[in-house]
Amino acid sequence: MKRQRTWLYLLFWIAISFLTLFPIYWLFVISVKPAVELFSTPEIILTKFYWQNYIDVINDETLRGYMVNSLIISTGNAVLVTVLGFLACYALSRFNLGGKESIFFWTITNRMAPPAVFLLPLFLLLTQVYRFGDFTLLDSRIGMILVYCTFNLPFAIWTLRPTIDGIPKELDEAAFVDGASAWTVITEIVFPLARPGLAVTLILTWVFAWNEYLLAATLTNFNARTLTTGLSEYVTTTGTEWGIMATISVFTLIPALIIFSMVQRHIVAGLTFGAVKG
Amino acid sequence: MQSNRLGWILLAPTLVILFFFGVVPFFYVLWLSFHQWNPFAVDPNIIYNGADNFRALVFDQGFLSSLGVTIAFVFFAVLSEVILGYFLAQAFMKEFPGKAIFRTVHTLPLIMAPIIVGSIWKLMTTPSIGIIPTVLDDWFGYDLNIGTSALAAFTVTVIMDIWHWTPLVTLTLIAALASLPADPFEQAQIDGANKRQIFWHITLPMIAPALLATVFIRLMDALRTVDEVLMLTGGGPGSATRYLGVHIFKEVFPKTNYGYGSAVSIIVLYLTIVACWLLYAALIAPRNKKA
Repeated sequence: MKRQRTWLYLLFWIAISFLTLFPIYWLFVISVKPAVELFSTPEIILTKFYWQNYIDVINDETLRGYMVNSLIISTGNAVLVTVLGFLACYALSRFNLGGKESIFFWTITNRMAPPAVFLLPLFLLLTQVYRFGDFTLLDSRIGMILVYCTFNLPFAIWTLRPTIDGIPKELDEAAFVDGASAWTVITEIVFPLARPGLAVTLILTWVFAWNEYLLAATLTNFNARTLTTGLSEYVTTTGTEWGIMATISVFTLIPALIIFSMVQRHIVAGLTFGAVKG
Repeated sequence: MQSNRLGWILLAPTLVILFFFGVVPFFYVLWLSFHQWNPFAVDPNIIYNGADNFRALVFDQGFLSSLGVTIAFVFFAVLSEVILGYFLAQAFMKEFPGKAIFRTVHTLPLIMAPIIVGSIWKLMTTPSIGIIPTVLDDWFGYDLNIGTSALAAFTVTVIMDIWHWTPLVTLTLIAALASLPADPFEQAQIDGANKRQIFWHITLPMIAPALLATVFIRLMDALRTVDEVLMLTGGGPGSATRYLGVHIFKEVFPKTNYGYGSAVSIIVLYLTIVACWLLYAALIAPRNKKA
């Protein structure tokens, strides 16, 4: 009886895993098929691989540019928010700042608002107000790095706060007594101890920035377009290049999958804003 | 203790960035929503027009239909995810080989970009390319076409959302179920309670806080769904899947009627806050008071 039950659960979870994995597998199937074979009867088992889509995507100069933009924007943004979040959390944790808990909650509310609401004001501000002579933040990498702070910086502050709070105050106080400067304390005492937390924050914010589409689609035209916006360019009313679309999707997916294996345990806590520890 | 000045200096860059990219846009869009402004109209000036934008909104068929389908989408998606997630979490509480692997596989969709999820489901459900319409046609003679059938498109967006986000509910509920003490359950069994009684009177009240927090998060996220729907259906056919975010992106933003667009944005923000507050007031606050 007991043994039978075990088999039942095993079979059930194999079925669920199949439902989870099959759509991802199908993406891969479409990406390795030539366009002429797409509309014939769908085959589930792949017999031959057609890599031309991948070669086309890698050789496409525009898409390569998008990939570089995506890399620069997500890396720049992740590093920026992790550093700023780290400093902000140190300030919130170690200083007796007036109204600091309100500030903490206020930063978090920035992440709660639907991004669609901010499309219009951000677009107008970036084109008309936030400009320095001829340079506008619209369609620039630095502009996107700053815009992504609106959702990633609150996240960084939120995830780093317990890490910094968990480092004993006595350690930095002892160092101050020994005559160390604030800079030394932050870089040589707090930073090494906070490193695991900082790594998780860096990785998750990187993925959030890499995955973002809506703001990138609205606030870039050409120079700072990212891979996710490139994807939507292949879906048109006149005809979609299915193979290329699938291949770009695979390219966008790969970094996320690599990262997934590293921070799997922290994903749920990250997505639920820590309401539940995963 | 060092001087607080250093603390403010360390906090300053964060506050400055969030001020310029969070606070200023909010007040700017709020201010614009009370003005008439279309730079490409006959009169390109910004003119104060009171609550005219909001008054027009009440009669805007496009906006109202978008609001309606959004509510339907959020309701069906979140309800299915919570029920399904609970059963999956229960199925996870038993011991069976390879549990860790299944858990990993189940977490996978959570890290994927919404737009990739949209593209995956587009490839799954587009007639003659996707596997789903082919299978449905061969086995049941049912013609699934998300390009022409409003109901099919709506259903597929809900299924896509379930595929993407049920794992979040499952994993949060696994955490909640795993932390429950065994005593009340043993006691109830000794007292002869049946499975349903145990669920309603013991399991449900005990996991309620985690369950509500999960519903809350899913509700907020479902309300802001844009990327995947944009990719899958583009809001169509007609306006069948034009949820609020998609509506702003496709209908409001491209028309350069900035004053009216701002009013739409403000209302969407307001409705999101109200929805979250209602849920909080109805479900979470009374519990806190009791406790």
